[in-house]
Amino acid sequence: MSQIVKLVAQRLALGLLTLFIISLIIFLCVEMLPGNFSEAILGQAATPETVAAFNRELGLDLPPHERYFTWLFNMVQGDFGRSLASKRELSELLGYRLENTLFLASVAAVIAIPLAVTLGVLAALYRDSFYDRAVNVVTLSSISFPEFFVAYILILILAQNLGWFPAISNINDELGFWEKIYRTALPAFTLTLVCVAHMMRMTRAAIINLLASPYIEMARLKGLRPGRIILKHALPNALAPIINVVVLNMAYLVVGVVLVEVVFVYPGLGQLFVDSVRSRDIPVVQACSLIFAMTYVLLNLLADVLSIMSNPRLLHPR
Amino acid sequence: MPRDIKGGNGNMKNIDQLKQLARDQKVSRREFMSTVTAMGVTVAAASTMWSSSVQAAPKRGGKMRMGSAHGNTTDTLDPSTFNNGGIIQQGYAMRNHLSEVDNNGTLIPELSSGWEASDDATEWVFTLRKGVEFHNGKTMDANDVISSMNYHRGKDSKSAAKPLLAPVTELKADGKDKVVFKLSGGSADFPYIVSDYHLAIMPADASGKVDWQSGVGTGAYIKEKFEPGVRSTYKRNPNYFKAGRGHFDEVEFLTITDVVARTNALTTGEIDAMSRCDLKTVHLLKRRKGVKVEEVTGTLHYTIPMHTDVAPFDNNHVRMALKYALDREVLLKTILRGHGVVGNDHPISTANRFHNGDLPQRSYDLDKAKFHMKKAGLTSLSVDLSAADAAFVGAVDAAVLYKEHAAKAGININVVREPSDGYWSNVWLKKPWCMVYWGGRPIEDMMFSQSLATGADWNESHFSHKRFMELLVKARAELDEPKRRAMYYEMQKIVNMEGGTVVPLFANYVFAMSDKVHHDPKMAGNWDMDGDKSLERWWFG
Amino acid sequence: MTMPVSTSTFGGQASPWVSRIAMASVHFFILVLFLQNVAADTWSAVIGLLFAHLYSVMALTYWNRIDRTAAGDTVIVTVTLEFVLIAVIFWERSSAWPWSTLFGLGLVQVCAFAAVRYWKDLRQAPKSAWFGLIVVLIYVMVAAMAPVIAPFSETEIVGSEYDAWNNEHLLGTDNLGRDMFTRLIYGGRNTVGVAFITTVLAFLIGGLGGLLAAAMRGWVDQVLSRMMEILMAIPSFIFALLILTIVGTSVPSLIMVIAVLDATRVFRLARAVAMNVVVLEFVEAASLRGEGLWWIIRSEILPNVLPPLVAEFGLRFCFVFLFLSGLSFLGLGIQPPTADWGSMVRDNATLITYGDITPLLPAAAIAILTIGVNFVVDWFLHKASGLKD
Repeated sequence: MSQIVKLVAQRLALGLLTLFIISLIIFLCVEMLPGNFSEAILGQAATPETVAAFNRELGLDLPPHERYFTWLFNMVQGDFGRSLASKRELSELLGYRLENTLFLASVAAVIAIPLAVTLGVLAALYRDSFYDRAVNVVTLSSISFPEFFVAYILILILAQNLGWFPAISNINDELGFWEKIYRTALPAFTLTLVCVAHMMRMTRAAIINLLASPYIEMARLKGLRPGRIILKHALPNALAPIINVVVLNMAYLVVGVVLVEVVFVYPGLGQLFVDSVRSRDIPVVQACSLIFAMTYVLLNLLADVLSIMSNPRLLHPR
Repeated sequence: MPRDIKGGNGNMKNIDQLKQLARDQKVSRREFMSTVTAMGVTVAAASTMWSSSVQAAPKRGGKMRMGSAHGNTTDTLDPSTFNNGGIIQQGYAMRNHLSEVDNNGTLIPELSSGWEASDDATEWVFTLRKGVEFHNGKTMDANDVISSMNYHRGKDSKSAAKPLLAPVTELKADGKDKVVFKLSGGSADFPYIVSDYHLAIMPADASGKVDWQSGVGTGAYIKEKFEPGVRSTYKRNPNYFKAGRGHFDEVEFLTITDVVARTNALTTGEIDAMSRCDLKTVHLLKRRKGVKVEEVTGTLHYTIPMHTDVAPFDNNHVRMALKYALDREVLLKTILRGHGVVGNDHPISTANRFHNGDLPQRSYDLDKAKFHMKKAGLTSLSVDLSAADAAFVGAVDAAVLYKEHAAKAGININVVREPSDGYWSNVWLKKPWCMVYWGGRPIEDMMFSQSLATGADWNESHFSHKRFMELLVKARAELDEPKRRAMYYEMQKIVNMEGGTVVPLFANYVFAMSDKVHHDPKMAGNWDMDGDKSLERWWFG
Repeated sequence: MTMPVSTSTFGGQASPWVSRIAMASVHFFILVLFLQNVAADTWSAVIGLLFAHLYSVMALTYWNRIDRTAAGDTVIVTVTLEFVLIAVIFWERSSAWPWSTLFGLGLVQVCAFAAVRYWKDLRQAPKSAWFGLIVVLIYVMVAAMAPVIAPFSETEIVGSEYDAWNNEHLLGTDNLGRDMFTRLIYGGRNTVGVAFITTVLAFLIGGLGGLLAAAMRGWVDQVLSRMMEILMAIPSFIFALLILTIVGTSVPSLIMVIAVLDATRVFRLARAVAMNVVVLEFVEAASLRGEGLWWIIRSEILPNVLPPLVAEFGLRFCFVFLFLSGLSFLGLGIQPPTADWGSMVRDNATLITYGDITPLLPAAAIAILTIGVNFVVDWFLHKASGLKD
């Protein structure tokens, strides 16, 4: 077990280093954004004097390295700073948006993961049957659609024509849990359709890979039913690659939802990011990028750890 | 409620106002009938007029879900930084101003009960309405008004309304309910200026510090939740001082910048009203059951200013040639899909009081363009025109169309595509010829002073004209309406004939709502969405 | 992933009847185009023919070094002729994007070559792979011949906005009154073209980096790997949004940004696969023999890592394609008035509210191509793994 701790510690340290460099890259990128916040917000009213006054007020006239270290220092202490625009605490603003994004991601994951694994197991069970091929074609097709295409089709059918679900995802804290789920349904379906294929194909491949191994052969020769073989013998051993792909898809659900959020006007982190880039609200852009990168790094770490834990041979190396 | 019905408005207007009063349940049937018949309307007609007015009477209740095209996550409740329709609309819902442009485009008192000017219009005394309470229970007084105004003045102010109040030299209270503005020069339109959306009255403490953070105002709606750029909720102010305004029990204000999502939301009943319809498909939207589309001509216009002190634009014949070399009708059809009116090379809209309708409309005339080219001593001309869609949607297309039209007159317009980022700071006022968008101003003086006065910050054409400036100053302080009218007419003519600005189009405000939503027969054109006061003016039928 | 060196994964000969059909149709095609062009400009046609001869002789000489059949040669010669002739004609007829036309035709030719050479494998391919191949071929042809097929010009406004489908405008008109069908064809050429160039670039950068890292190991490997890891940790869509806002959205910057971001993924695969090969005996033997680094990479490693990389190429192409249309959808992709499938969906999306499916056509076009490519990749992977067993 101590080896795992060591490994995790190593990865974590590496992750932190990566995050630090990323924060530097992001800061540089943001520095290079054309135009600045004062100009963006003053618009037509931006005269040199008003811009200068605004910059002074916001501390944008300090040299870049000074601003970077102040920001980093505060960040390490958990102070994300304030939005230039609203002077609001970012932790509050981001917290609310992140919560929404995570909610959407979890709804999508709750639908997608069981669906993908079931479909994958069934496909492996009835390999090369009509069902297998049909699922293959359907999932391959759904992965090939641009997200916005899926989104618009769903809106057209489920919202405009049938009127089952709302066309925009207007959610807020005051709604009850089920109401919230109901309003999140269309974006969640969209995400599900987009990411099920990948997970399902991986599950199928992992199980089929195992079916050729001697112990499965043994089980088969003992006369066990194929369903039992797959569920009891193959699936547990195929968990590592499945977990890996599931976790990576979770990362996608959190960071890759920009388009879906835009189409459904879902108040998540992706929308906030796009808006903030547009209005040059630098602290928000930085904080968002960092949160995205952090999610990515952490989930990758999680995937590594989980696949080690689910694999005895990796867990207890010779 | 003291309504200012002075100055030969004619019977029709009075009848309209009476109808309005009837709707607001502020006149009895007997009063209504006697007044209307006294105006020469038959009893039968007066009777139907009464019932139709009362039937359309606003009803209280319901939850209004408004989908706005505008609003950013960067929006705040600070009125000095208001810069988009979404936040302006919410500002008007939460707060009030000293005066208000009503749905007929008339200036009426709001938080004041009236005003008086000195003869030279340099001193204005506003009498405040008594007993108006802020949402927090505080009674509004002169200190609040003065502090709210001072918030935009001062050296460190970054308020966009700073130039508006620049002529104010002294601001003081005269007792608890009178406020005196002393101006550096006469300004007949000063009461209009204080209706500007920046100059909202907010509660202030004794030291004169205003509280904008809480969103507390005197307005029809009390802020509950404010999530800028996403969603805000309001509930009705039970103590609202204005009768017949503020009908919804609740308001949910959603920012839906994507026009497709907005339209989807309206047609599927997720929202009750939306701003900024997609002009290209508005004819399809009109056919939808349960949806009505409204269109109001306002002051919003596009300009193409030339620097009149830079060659070749310093020659008025060149400017005239360029003005004649543009087919405005085509522009109106392609850029605005017909939802607007063609401009006449001056910034005064038909929605303004003193729009000069006698001025012949400038049209696409290649002969005249060539004539002016000849007068300027040119056989051909090559000029750069800077454009980006940051100026207005379709600006680049408009520039390309202009190029095609002008080519037929031997003028070669080279369209320079500028980056949208920083357009207002790097291109506008810097490049000698570019595409610009103006929200427009309800007052002629404001419009002229900001965009055409010598030395004005935003004098985008570097226009400097002696007679024009004389008239501008004189008209500003002139309280006699016909005389003012004559002066503004002349100024429009000067700009039309000698100005450096091509004004091709005035755009309509096009918005849509569910057919359950009702509004007064006439809607204001000074801003989008019924003067951005739809939240307090509309109701559910 | 170990494979025997220097034996072609695919092999076989063209069956006689295919080549006959191919020859006949190509001849017919050439004749039609030739006659059409002679009327317009004789000189260019003559010069074209001369070059065609030269080129085909060169092609034959090269092909001779590999196994060949008479039928295959004939087809190659005729296809070359066709290619050059068409190229000349296009040069005359279309002023916009002549290079992309040449490029597209080059691709068509490569496809024809490949079809002849790998006919045996193709015949055994499953239906889905056939479907994929045909889809890809049609797209390439359409993209290459866009100026000839499209009834109008790319940016010309030819009608009122949002006309319904009719005889003149097969798919109606778009939000500015441009012909939808024309835009769809040109959009294919632009989007597919940009995606293809981007993927190629990503493979050049990432593939080369990966091989280099695997072959040199040590600090080069360390530095490259860490760099790529960091780049990969920033979600690519977010990163692309940020960078494109900075550098602006011209086609070259679009290609560069996406290529670099995608190269990280290619790098990881190339390095991983190459690592497995590097440790094998024959590589060690080669380096003991004193062969140079480039020689080892080119002759020992590359042939063995090619199949997974080719499969990855197909997948990457799809990703880039979807990525690109996503960016276009947000207004950061290929800029108007250039037609592009992503922005076409966006521009016309309001129609969906009114139950008109026209704006979904470009999205469907994207989907069909990605499905096609995926099918081909699937088949290819299947073949590659089949050889492994």
